[in-house]
Amino acid sequence: MLTKRLLACFDMRDGMVTKAHQFQDNFDIGSAAEIACKIYEDQIDEILFYDITASAEKKPIDLETVRTVAERVFVPFSVGGGIRDLNDMYQVLKAGAEKISIDSMAVRNPQIIAEGAKAFGSQCMILSMQVKRVEKTEKIPSGYEIAIDGARTFTGMDALEWAKRGESLGAGELCINSIDCDGTHNGYDLEITKLISDHVSIPIIASGGAGNPSHIADAFTKTGASAAIISSMLYSPKLPRNYPVSEIKDYLTARGIPVRPYLKQ
Amino acid sequence: MIGVIDYKAGNAPSVYNALKRVGADGVMVRSGEDLDGVNGVILPGVGSAEATLSSLAETGILSVLTPKVREDGLPFLGICIGMQILFEHSEEGDVDCLGWLKGQVVRFPSDRVRVPQMGWNEVVFRREHPILKGMGTSGHFYYVNSYHVVPEDAEDILAVTDYAGDFCCMVQRENILAAQFHLEKSGPLGLRLLENFARWAERGNDASC
Repeated sequence: MLTKRLLACFDMRDGMVTKAHQFQDNFDIGSAAEIACKIYEDQIDEILFYDITASAEKKPIDLETVRTVAERVFVPFSVGGGIRDLNDMYQVLKAGAEKISIDSMAVRNPQIIAEGAKAFGSQCMILSMQVKRVEKTEKIPSGYEIAIDGARTFTGMDALEWAKRGESLGAGELCINSIDCDGTHNGYDLEITKLISDHVSIPIIASGGAGNPSHIADAFTKTGASAAIISSMLYSPKLPRNYPVSEIKDYLTARGIPVRPYLKQ
Repeated sequence: MIGVIDYKAGNAPSVYNALKRVGADGVMVRSGEDLDGVNGVILPGVGSAEATLSSLAETGILSVLTPKVREDGLPFLGICIGMQILFEHSEEGDVDCLGWLKGQVVRFPSDRVRVPQMGWNEVVFRREHPILKGMGTSGHFYYVNSYHVVPEDAEDILAVTDYAGDFCCMVQRENILAAQFHLEKSGPLGLRLLENFARWAERGNDASC
């Protein structure tokens, strides 16, 4: 049986992992390459880096860190943030990443999803969406609006419509990033995650808000998510405690959720 | 020395890095001449069957690779698309493939499962082979695939995985090995398979080792 995936997600700034609360107030945790290796050794299923220097400050993607991580981490590794065109995608893939995550730039130029899928295959195109709960209107019937640029700009686009469009353009996975839940450690936004997973057939990644293993179990049992992003609960010193991957997997296994078994060393 | 075939759509760097990690000597293969002196060769693959086949033909790799594998017995490991193109025909793009192994490549039934299959699934080994040394009877490996092979000869099947029923995820016939999952991205178990392949290749694919 195909198992549910745990993705460790890091925001990276100048080669350091940094952590934000609702997309603001970043503080540094440690070297991106070292943290990626540590989490790999702890048997995470997948790793995702957002290069926030490249996206926010319009600098080139930190390919050196991508290369270092790719040499040391042997699970799927994805990179997002600051990817502008097909050449950027090619550079990131050649540096050793498996997948590319695109977000704001896909909103500005949706055809890039189709172009990337055609050039490199849908399997390496993650469409990441920043979603915020809003009042339901004629224009936003799902009650969730798409934001871009680190949740600073609202687009007036309906989240469910954008998800369906992303799928039809060739995205291989959709990452549903809740602006309301990000950094709160109170759990994922199950409503929008379920809504989207019920209406598209590509894999859905729940993102934003995980603080303990029960939140992950909720994402897997109450929505159709195939994967869940965790970050703070793995490594943030601001939380009362962190959780090793083995403990999270034991928790999920005890609740009948299929996961890749933790290998005893 | 293990050659890793590098073409635009492939993920050769990941395979090369994984070989390095297990202490095997890897070399990137970008032309037919680069195959000189290798003890084994890995064909990684992402993307479509058609793109992979045309890329192999354009670079001139295929015309050198085919006799080395089929006549000289060079140990060969295909990964993902690198497995699918070994068979006779693929539903993906309705293309004829290499036909080194008998059988077809078909799509998962999307009315029963999410397609592509993306994530870790259990691989159950059906018989013994040096590449499976120390692996036990099963293990979880990372998949990204919409299509899978259906070998004509059941004896070619080395392992199966359940996704809308059991499908063949590893094959072996003489010096030709292939896996549908990405062993270069499957953590410690994938690295062990890769290490086993490198050892088997460097010993001249002697079945006893």
